Amino acid sequence: MNPDPILAIQNLQAGVEDKKILKGINLVLRPGEVHAIMGPNGSGKSTLAALLAGREGYDVTAGEVMYLGQDLLAMDPEQRARAGVFLAFQYPVEIPGVNGTYFLRAALNECRKHRGQPELDAMEFLTLVKEKMKLLELKDDLLKRPVNVGFSGGEKKRNEIFQMAVLEPTLAILDETDSGLDIDALKTVAGGVNKLKRPDHATLLITHYQRLLNYVVPDFVHVLWDGRIVKSGGKELALRLEEKGYDWLVHHEPVGA
Amino acid sequence: MNAIASARPTRGTTSTDPHLQAFARFEQAQSGPAWLFPFRKAGLARFAELGWPTTKLEDWRFTSLAGLAKLPFQPILEAPAAPERSRLDPFPFSQLAGPRLVFVDGHFSPTLSVLPALPDGVQVGSLSAALAEAPAFLQKQLGRCLHTEDNAFAALNNAFFLDGGFIHVPAGQTVPEPIQLLYVCTSREPGAVIHPRNLIVVERAGRVTILESYVSLASGATFTNAVTEFALGDQAVVEHCKFQDESPEAYHIAALHSQLGRAVNFSSHSIVTGARLSRNNIRTTLDGEGIECVLNGVYLTDRDQLADHHMIVDHAKPNCASHEYFNGILAGKSKGVFHGRILVRPGAQKTDAKQTNKNLLLSDDASADAKPQLEIYADDVKCTHGATIGQLNEESIYYLRSRGIGLDTARRMLIHAFAGEIIDRVKHEALREELDRLLWDRLEQTKGLAQQAS
Repeated sequence: MNPDPILAIQNLQAGVEDKKILKGINLVLRPGEVHAIMGPNGSGKSTLAALLAGREGYDVTAGEVMYLGQDLLAMDPEQRARAGVFLAFQYPVEIPGVNGTYFLRAALNECRKHRGQPELDAMEFLTLVKEKMKLLELKDDLLKRPVNVGFSGGEKKRNEIFQMAVLEPTLAILDETDSGLDIDALKTVAGGVNKLKRPDHATLLITHYQRLLNYVVPDFVHVLWDGRIVKSGGKELALRLEEKGYDWLVHHEPVGA
Repeated sequence: MNAIASARPTRGTTSTDPHLQAFARFEQAQSGPAWLFPFRKAGLARFAELGWPTTKLEDWRFTSLAGLAKLPFQPILEAPAAPERSRLDPFPFSQLAGPRLVFVDGHFSPTLSVLPALPDGVQVGSLSAALAEAPAFLQKQLGRCLHTEDNAFAALNNAFFLDGGFIHVPAGQTVPEPIQLLYVCTSREPGAVIHPRNLIVVERAGRVTILESYVSLASGATFTNAVTEFALGDQAVVEHCKFQDESPEAYHIAALHSQLGRAVNFSSHSIVTGARLSRNNIRTTLDGEGIECVLNGVYLTDRDQLADHHMIVDHAKPNCASHEYFNGILAGKSKGVFHGRILVRPGAQKTDAKQTNKNLLLSDDASADAKPQLEIYADDVKCTHGATIGQLNEESIYYLRSRGIGLDTARRMLIHAFAGEIIDRVKHEALREELDRLLWDRLEQTKGLAQQAS
């Protein structure tokens, strides 16, 4: 049995202005799968995440990205989000003056409208939020503050996963969510991600280090090097990378075409 | 007049003649206490002496009155038929509890006004009634806080004012509900002139919230030339909000002059969404120690609107704090002007004066001028000023969109947040909530506001 993929990336090539960053990415995520993309700085990890979420400023020169059978690259960022794509930002943006609760309810209701579900009123939303906050061991006052303003690095990352818990995406992309977290925060965040896993959803973890993968165990690990996936394997690949470094892979293994 | 103008180039040069001629007719029709006629005449003389301001004057460098100067200037001397009460319902703040004085084209309308019972000794009524009932008190108070030496329009108001709000809060008294002064313009005649005149006297430790609104039921190149005077006794706590939403063809010039006693807490908010050209001359004299004064404003303009705030904060005594915060949201071809002068007089030590003007340009054709001006004659003071001009943060827009929020809504959220920095300083809760709703509605209605400069 091989269900239809949630995400299918075929020969994706993209860059900024004259600089080519992604040089032909192929990747398929099916329901229930957790994939990890690892790679050194500058390999194109964050570009891939940004392209999937819809950040402007990149030129796609070849290839396609299909999400649930739709052309993802043709969609606006808000359309992608409403259709169930979620990016946990590496650097979540502080937005002074926009109340956290208000923002998240507006976002959820946009997604619910898209799915043909009734919008939640303030009370219903609060009930939902309380439940999800417990999941991530978040303090109540986080939502009373403006979006990410005055949050510590760990709080910002937890807030991203909290938003993910509320929005319940079909495809979650976590861009270096582990960076800058101490071990306790990492465990909390990973615990949240694990609890949110569903058989009909897929998760893409983008990370530099293997550390996160001790807590969120991937089904597949891919190594991104200079804009290409040069190696794919199971979770043991991450451990070998951790042990031997990226150089080992490039210098001692044949690079896949 | 021309001879004077050319000999003294700092003066205005546009002709004041139409006003001088109108005064001859106007004065014959007026009654009032004996002292009032010389008061008016002095105002007229000052106006003639100063002349019309032009952009050659430093204080008017960014704001041309050429369009206004061409108008015929016809004071509305007869009270028009009062509109149905229901026509006032759509205006903001109509559901707020508390006293409400309504002026139709500058004329007091007893039928539209609401005057509930007030705490002992508190007077809220029309200035014309007060002139008849308490002429001696008015003689002492009227014009006491107003500086006409460099303000031709304030002088013109002295000459021509007909009516306005009179509020007197005696010592130690608190007025719980906000007092509203609502000016409704029903004229569409180009050059129809209204000179509202408000006098607010709060004695020692009195507390009151005052809301001054200027709105239109018709669209026309009318001219409102308002003066509001605040005389605040020691320890008075006063919150004031001026909301100007006149028709998009209207001209609106206003003076808000206040004299603050020891340990007064005064905050004044200016919300500007209307008029083709508006200018608020805000002048505050901190004439006692321990004063806290906040001047706070937001202007939201589109098309060819111009919104100008001109501030003079005069620190005459030590140990006072004055904070000015003005945010401009400028769409279309509109323009925002901010001129903030802080004067720290000799001996006004430990002054803490802060001034901030931030502008959000929502189109390539919108513009903002900011001119801070510090004059400091004391050596132990803290004075800061800052001005910024920018656009919406693209990273923030992307973040909001990545969560499913549409582009227009994302922009409105950020603009609303920018306006919210100002609205959040309004202390009266019902007023703050209404202003917040009002600005959000306005952002939803105003197409140009959602379109970012490319």
